[in-house]
Amino acid sequence: MGLKEKLHNLKEKYKGKKMAPAFNALHTFLYLPNETTHGGTHIKAADDLKRTMNTVILALVPCLIFGIFNAGYQHFLATGEIEASNGFLGSTFWTFDNLIHGAWKVLPLVIVSYGVGLAVEFLFAVIKGHEVEEGYLVTGMLVPLIVPVDIPLWMLAVAVVFGVVIGKEVFGGTGMNILNPALTIRAFLFFAYPTWMSGDKVWVSEAVERAGTADAISGETLLGAYAQNSTLPNIDQWDMFWGLIPGSVGETSKFLIIIGALFLIFTKIGSWRIMLSTVIGALVMGLIFNGVVDAGWISDTSKFYGLMSVPFWQHLIIGSILFGAVYMATDPVTAAQTNKGKWIYGFLIGFISIMIRVFNPAYPEGVFLAILLMNVFAPTIDHYVIQGNVKKRMKRLKVKTA
Amino acid sequence: MEHVELFFKSIFIDNMVFATFLGMCSYLAVSKKVSTAVGLGAAVIFVLAITVPLNWLLDQYILQPGALSWLGAEYADYDLSFLSFIMFIATIATMVQLVEIIVEKFSPSLYNSLGIFLPLIAVNCAILGGSLFMQSREIATLGLATTYGVGSGIGWFLAILAIAAIREKIRYSSVPAPLRGLGITFIITGLMAIGFMSFGGMLTGGDEAEEAKDNTAQTETIQDNSTAKEIANNTKVIN
Repeated sequence: MGLKEKLHNLKEKYKGKKMAPAFNALHTFLYLPNETTHGGTHIKAADDLKRTMNTVILALVPCLIFGIFNAGYQHFLATGEIEASNGFLGSTFWTFDNLIHGAWKVLPLVIVSYGVGLAVEFLFAVIKGHEVEEGYLVTGMLVPLIVPVDIPLWMLAVAVVFGVVIGKEVFGGTGMNILNPALTIRAFLFFAYPTWMSGDKVWVSEAVERAGTADAISGETLLGAYAQNSTLPNIDQWDMFWGLIPGSVGETSKFLIIIGALFLIFTKIGSWRIMLSTVIGALVMGLIFNGVVDAGWISDTSKFYGLMSVPFWQHLIIGSILFGAVYMATDPVTAAQTNKGKWIYGFLIGFISIMIRVFNPAYPEGVFLAILLMNVFAPTIDHYVIQGNVKKRMKRLKVKTA
Repeated sequence: MEHVELFFKSIFIDNMVFATFLGMCSYLAVSKKVSTAVGLGAAVIFVLAITVPLNWLLDQYILQPGALSWLGAEYADYDLSFLSFIMFIATIATMVQLVEIIVEKFSPSLYNSLGIFLPLIAVNCAILGGSLFMQSREIATLGLATTYGVGSGIGWFLAILAIAAIREKIRYSSVPAPLRGLGITFIITGLMAIGFMSFGGMLTGGDEAEEAKDNTAQTETIQDNSTAKEIANNTKVIN
């Protein structure tokens, strides 16, 4: 008798009892369920929620693996123990040392994120007596990828509890929330513990502990450097593209994100409209800023000059706009639901992201806030798109009957 | 440029609802349907756009310390600023009455759906707040005051529009029973404020040369003020 049988028996035994959702969740998570998802506002296709979530996780795994190697690589690079890797397949990047160091730093983030988040989900499912929903699987994977590698684990745990309870469970669980839970968690961290979420220390592992000692290492992100108008670290654009730069755990490698995006588009899980329009919005805003610089309206004494003079296409490979566009903005629950709405929604995300990045010295990276803001306005956009359609059809009807 | 900056600032950075949490009563009560919310939002824009410049005039020529000097030198030492609240409210109440008459005439259905909340705009803190902020932030010209009024109104309008759309959407959510209604609306408002924090602190940097210019301008105005105050003090001393 295999584990599946045993779980099935347990499920039958506890049917109708309080703990039933917990057993059902384990059974569903480990094996193929006998039923597909039912109910909820996010349903658009016949395949079930578990497969949707697993596809997104598959698309995220390369980013996570890269993030693990990069955490180790940035650490050893900053301490001067290794030479800079020459390109994506450089000899000093994919090494065992990097893997061990990175895994030691990144895997606890993953474990805390999943452990705390799923515990809250199970608790709510048992109390409210509904089935455990798979929604947290993707959120739990996204959260470790969008935090600095050195964030203390207890902060992450507190933020995850906040994000899951206030961001999702009070609305009734997966598919009912208005803000993306992963971004709610990041926003909570950002505003509650700003010193651990920005600055020039947290992005390379162990930089904080070493600050002020003889071994001090700097770990500034490119955007941080740009925002302060300081002398730019001499970083090759291909390094930015491959992702060999400091940053949040999983968002540095634009190459792997693009591969993930193609995978999501091919499997029809992610909306290509949102991804494309976000990129267009970012490029348009970048072009406007470049135009301002070219027209000479702004001198290089300005605080905004550093980021404004960045060539417009480079905005895509510094910072996390691609990661946000591919994995966050396309969240089917909180994005706009109508096709026309998706274009508007994505465009504004890209536009506002770059605007915050340039104009707001307090927040070097504005992508997550821009997506949260557009999450707030997505229902409004949808409402007007639908009203517009209704009006158009009424007119057509009138023309026909007249 | 000044106008654009103030306009943008009053809509997004100092949003009436999400930055100062003013005008919550009608914001929470009339946001169940988008169409009603649009009506009330438009009324608020209108009232703010009229009352802020009007109150600016009142403030400049009647209420401020020394504002009565246009009547003659002997009035220069009067300080009527203790009358601000009652004067501002009187202006606002008149304007709201006007809006009510207009709405009743042209859109009886909106008039009915707004119900008691239309006359209650008169005591809506966002409206009085607009005038008081105008006074405390010492907005310089009538044009800027108008921009500020319209901008604040649009900010409030956007807020109530967004929450009305969200409340229409979450009608299908299974919110836990104790939180249904106002409870979840408060939570949504908090979450929306997180979204709006993306604008907090924006435009605080700026062109350093421009800043320096601003600084000199400010010091100049301060000097002007201080001379004005000296004059006022002198007169007081003489009195």
